[in-house]
Amino acid sequence: MAKTIIPIGPYHPLQEEAEFFQLHVEGEKVVGIDVSIGYNHRGIEKISESLTFDQVPYLVERVCGICSTSHPLAYVQAVEEIGGIQVPERALYLRTIIAEMERLHSHLLWAGLAGHFLGYNTVWMWAWKYREPVLDVLEAVTGNRQNYAFMKVGGIRRDFEKEDIFRIDQILDELKPKIDLLTGAVMDDPVLHARVKGVGILKPEDAYSFGAVGPTARASGIKIDVRRDEPYAAYDRVEWDVITDPAGDVFARVKVRLLELYESVKIIRQCLRDLPGGEISARVKEIPPGEGIGRVEAPRGECFHYVCSDGTNRPVRHKIRAPSYVNVPTCQVTVPGETISDATIILASVDPCYSCTERMQVVDKEKGTTLSGKDLVRLSQEKTALLIKGGHR
Amino acid sequence: MLDPITRFRERFWKTMVKFDQRSAKRIYIEFRPIDVPEAVRYLTSTLRARFVIMSGVDIPEGIELLYHLSFDGFGKIVTLRTRVNKDSPQIESIAPIIEAASWIEREIAELLGVEFIGHPHPGRLLLAEDWLEGCYPLRSERHKP
Amino acid sequence: MSITLKALQKSPWVFHLNTGACNNCDIEILNCLTPKFDLERFGVKLVGSIRHADCLLVTGPVTRKAAPRLKTLYEQAPRPCLVVACGTCAISGGIFKDGYNICGPVDKIVPVDAYIPGCPPKPEAYILGIVKLLEKLGQ
Ligand code: SF4
Repeated sequence: MAKTIIPIGPYHPLQEEAEFFQLHVEGEKVVGIDVSIGYNHRGIEKISESLTFDQVPYLVERVCGICSTSHPLAYVQAVEEIGGIQVPERALYLRTIIAEMERLHSHLLWAGLAGHFLGYNTVWMWAWKYREPVLDVLEAVTGNRQNYAFMKVGGIRRDFEKEDIFRIDQILDELKPKIDLLTGAVMDDPVLHARVKGVGILKPEDAYSFGAVGPTARASGIKIDVRRDEPYAAYDRVEWDVITDPAGDVFARVKVRLLELYESVKIIRQCLRDLPGGEISARVKEIPPGEGIGRVEAPRGECFHYVCSDGTNRPVRHKIRAPSYVNVPTCQVTVPGETISDATIILASVDPCYSCTERMQVVDKEKGTTLSGKDLVRLSQEKTALLIKGGHR
Repeated sequence: MLDPITRFRERFWKTMVKFDQRSAKRIYIEFRPIDVPEAVRYLTSTLRARFVIMSGVDIPEGIELLYHLSFDGFGKIVTLRTRVNKDSPQIESIAPIIEAASWIEREIAELLGVEFIGHPHPGRLLLAEDWLEGCYPLRSERHKP
Repeated sequence: MSITLKALQKSPWVFHLNTGACNNCDIEILNCLTPKFDLERFGVKLVGSIRHADCLLVTGPVTRKAAPRLKTLYEQAPRPCLVVACGTCAISGGIFKDGYNICGPVDKIVPVDAYIPGCPPKPEAYILGIVKLLEKLGQ
């Protein structure tokens, strides 16, 4: 059969960023995929070299809006490693709380988008509605809904008040039944099972060679999690589990993320309970020459920062590796062999975040065949509708 | 089982230029460019280290390439360090050994102008097609005379 | 007033374009459509193709690779096409202003009708911005 090339993107209506995938198809089957990025490349690593150590956190939290705690946290850890700075206990706990809140809102956001791609717009609206209270609390305690400006070298910028602790507790109480509802709806839905089970399988071997991280790797049965492997902040002082699933398909990735919501709630609860008093920031003198590495488990996986200092007040080199940079290429093995209508959800299941990947920009080619990203989402939604009609209910 | 770092050291002590253990979790090892692929191969296929990323740094003496690999079970990061000269920066590609290095090598080629010999799909990754040939944004102007 | 503008006022269909934003601005746009803020009560609808859109929401500092795309999309849009620059990046380049790969801000590439500042603008700011734009059209 003749090969057809279908370009998706770069500007897909509901994916937040520009992206460009080229699917090579034979009839209904995808036989190959090309990814092209660079639309979001803003040259952050270069800009970083012109800012002082204290200014960089503001820049790196704008690498990616959703991970606006993880990037600054990884960066400040790298700088703290260079300077041998001891961060006060209270700051460590508060960092953990904010990082986990971010995971909550990020996973909910993703669950909503995945629902949309599958044709469940209700899930989208629900998940995003439940996400709002989390953002409200973040706004109350940090001052902004996103881009919190919370981390700084040596500690954090803003202390929690008594009411904040109470408020977070309350939000968690309210959130819990809603997560139950969402998880229940996903786990027991026969249509969803039929739709995403066994689709887009990422074998552990492939996950390893692509260097996949985060929920993408954990859903392939690889037990990696920076929070456990190299505990930072207060993760070694609380009890929690690393969620894994051996299946490696889209369903496993959904499941891992949903179950992680519970772990996050658990972690935040313990941190609130054990929150020590005291200083929130250490005194920082000059940053000596040297190099440091900071790693953080962002909602999408390991976020890696390498900072090199030469004794001046600016970093000489700052390398940022966002989790999607290694997760997105896995679509080269997960998508081929599947049908066109499944391509969208497989791509979405790694929770791609291109602004991170390129820390800067995404691509297009338009001409050729006529299926657009929108058509693909439609195809995906129609398939679900067909399943529903087909008596799975 | 022997600690992977010890095993690595025993195997490569001859070719290593410098071994530097900064802390329990951070190990920096310097190699000559020619020995890097072999070291990466041993780390990834025998010792099962996960390839994290590479960074390229423009320093006065040349371009420094750092290969960061992680032993997740031990929480250690091993960084292989090597230096290529600035006039004709070249090094053998490790993308055929470990797929994860494919994008980053293209990125470094684009942003720092290092040539990776034997890369399976060379070509632009991030910058626009009409970007000026020979203009590398991450090269530093600081060291210019 | 032309009939198209009048119709537009009742129900502007928007197309959203990311030109290198950090995502926050984009997510907040989508957020506006979800139950808590519900921009649809003003008839605002997010559409998947520029050819159906009356209004182009642009976020991000316009990277080199995205600039030609922004131009093409603007040319493809049916007239009258309103352009709204969302977020500090789109308005001035923000923190990325001096980046080597930036050729924005948006108003250097295409004419802009409204600016919504903030990093990211809160959903309330989006609503205010869009309502103001509609009011302005009515005069
Ligand atoms: S204005 Fe702020 S939130 Fe919006 S894209 Fe720019 S950096 Fe991100």
